[in-house]
Amino acid sequence: MATKPTVAIHKFSSCDGCQLALLNMGEALVDLTGRVDIKHFAEAGVLDESAHVDIAFVEGSIVTKLDTQRIQQIRKNARYLITMGACATSGGIQALKNLAKHPASWPADIYPQPEFIDSLDRSEPIKAHVKVDFELWGCPINSRQISAAIGAMLEGVMPRDDREKLCIECKRQGHVCTLITQGEPCMGPVTRTGCGALCPEFGRACYGCYGESELPKNAVLARRFLGLGLLTDQVERRFQLIHPEPERTLGLGHGGQDD
Amino acid sequence: MERQAPRFLARQNFPLLLEQLVEHGYRLHGPQVRDGAIVYDTFHSVDQLPRGVQDQQQVGSYRLITSSNKRLFHWANGPQALKPLLQPAREVLWQAKRDANGALAFMVPESSIAKVAVIGVKACDMAALALQDQHFLQGEYEDPGYRARREGLFLVAVDCSYAADTCFCASTGDGPSAQTGFDLVLTELETGYLIAAGSDKGLSILPHLPLLDAQPQDLDIAQQQHADVVAMQSRALQPIPIGGLDRQRGHPQWQDIADRCLGCGNCTMVCPTCFCHHQKDELAIKGDESQHVREWDSCFGESHGELTGFQVRKTIKHRYQQWMIHKLDSWQEQYGRSGCTGCGRCMSWCPADIDFVKEANVLGGGSE
Repeated sequence: MATKPTVAIHKFSSCDGCQLALLNMGEALVDLTGRVDIKHFAEAGVLDESAHVDIAFVEGSIVTKLDTQRIQQIRKNARYLITMGACATSGGIQALKNLAKHPASWPADIYPQPEFIDSLDRSEPIKAHVKVDFELWGCPINSRQISAAIGAMLEGVMPRDDREKLCIECKRQGHVCTLITQGEPCMGPVTRTGCGALCPEFGRACYGCYGESELPKNAVLARRFLGLGLLTDQVERRFQLIHPEPERTLGLGHGGQDD
Repeated sequence: MERQAPRFLARQNFPLLLEQLVEHGYRLHGPQVRDGAIVYDTFHSVDQLPRGVQDQQQVGSYRLITSSNKRLFHWANGPQALKPLLQPAREVLWQAKRDANGALAFMVPESSIAKVAVIGVKACDMAALALQDQHFLQGEYEDPGYRARREGLFLVAVDCSYAADTCFCASTGDGPSAQTGFDLVLTELETGYLIAAGSDKGLSILPHLPLLDAQPQDLDIAQQQHADVVAMQSRALQPIPIGGLDRQRGHPQWQDIADRCLGCGNCTMVCPTCFCHHQKDELAIKGDESQHVREWDSCFGESHGELTGFQVRKTIKHRYQQWMIHKLDSWQEQYGRSGCTGCGRCMSWCPADIDFVKEANVLGGGSE
């Protein structure tokens, strides 16, 4: 009997929510375990962190020295490495500290005994440290993404990297635009698809948790948000919420960008 | 069949029309208010229709206001009308299954005809339907799913008694009154409806309704209403000769538009004549089953311009050119007329406030 491909799920600095995308698969999880051998998945109680596997899924961002060593070993032990979620792909909410001018002084400002805090100055995505073969964006990712990724790889092809703008999926779903009817600062026009337009389905504006789409016209949307009545500071917060990115050009007060 | 001479249906008898359609086996589908917009969906009672509701549309903005007006159709339009019904945003075209011996079986879902009566189709959407029919039914390859859905439709058109700021159907020659393609057409007046048939199916419904002769003054009011809605339209799309936009690809206005455009594709998704779609396969994790799915696509999306190994339209400028030049220019060669029916949705639902008519008029060489 042929051996099944092996999989490991590793966690770094994160909330564990992306791992739930696997646990929440329901019946499909049984189908999945019929086709792959899960060697390491702490949240599901399967432990063998140093196992050599075909696919390593990595959740979380790199925030400690130990993290920097662990990720090197995980990369060495894996044929393919796939990051899952905002933390692993872009540094996550904790990367807000990357926007700070003096992050090194933070532990002393916050903790009574900062000497116990072992933390790097930055929260970094996995790709800043090792080669990443595929990224699953989202905060959190969903079961459809992980099924599609594993399903494609089991057929011997890389998963499709869909960078389409969320608006297109939102319209397919028949949701009414929150920006046009309510003046809500919806991030859909610059956000990567994949969630199924979950927030607009409930009448809420997208807040960009799936990260940037292809050809993101951030400055154009930022200007529109100003036109809707948001202050410069509010616009910046809107864009920096889940994927803080010091380089994201909003053109607020210092010229335009793009195309 | 041409639009027949109208008769009169009193307002209180309007529900009898709905009852008749249900009696004839149709599911009712029509306008109603949802999430701040007029959307078409299944309904069961006249009370679900948007009585006294009016849409205030501008480039990049859509709001509803409500008044004590008794009219059900005194509004211009919502984000969609017939397109999602005939060309579903997502459709499984076929499925493949692999048995234990590795043999593959392919299955096509049955296209069954569902009888749906759509109430309150506006002239711009009737004209768009004719274009969709041309694309899906009259080309070399007929779409069987579209055919089945189309044959099940009973269309009750309604003449517009109101134009939003974004409406320009008078300039495209498609409205504000419905011309052809409907089974029945209504003109809503204060006291009731002028009603006329446009097909044999429509004619067969009329004898079941308590109709009165249309009074000359009612016909006058209808005529005035039409003239008022034409006069209300502040925009006009100037005619574009074949090749008129294609020859303008070097015009600096394209880059100016691209600098303002988000490239989000909303204009194409709400356009009643846009029919672009892509197909993809979705694998079940078990590995023995897949679905071949067709979904709406947009020329503003990345996959639309993807050929094997390279991207044809890398910039938003090229994608905007694809959208506008196809819609207003090359469409004429393809389908004998422009692909625009003047509904104005591409402007109202544009989060970047781009005025399609103004841009087209500038690029077409005329005035704004």
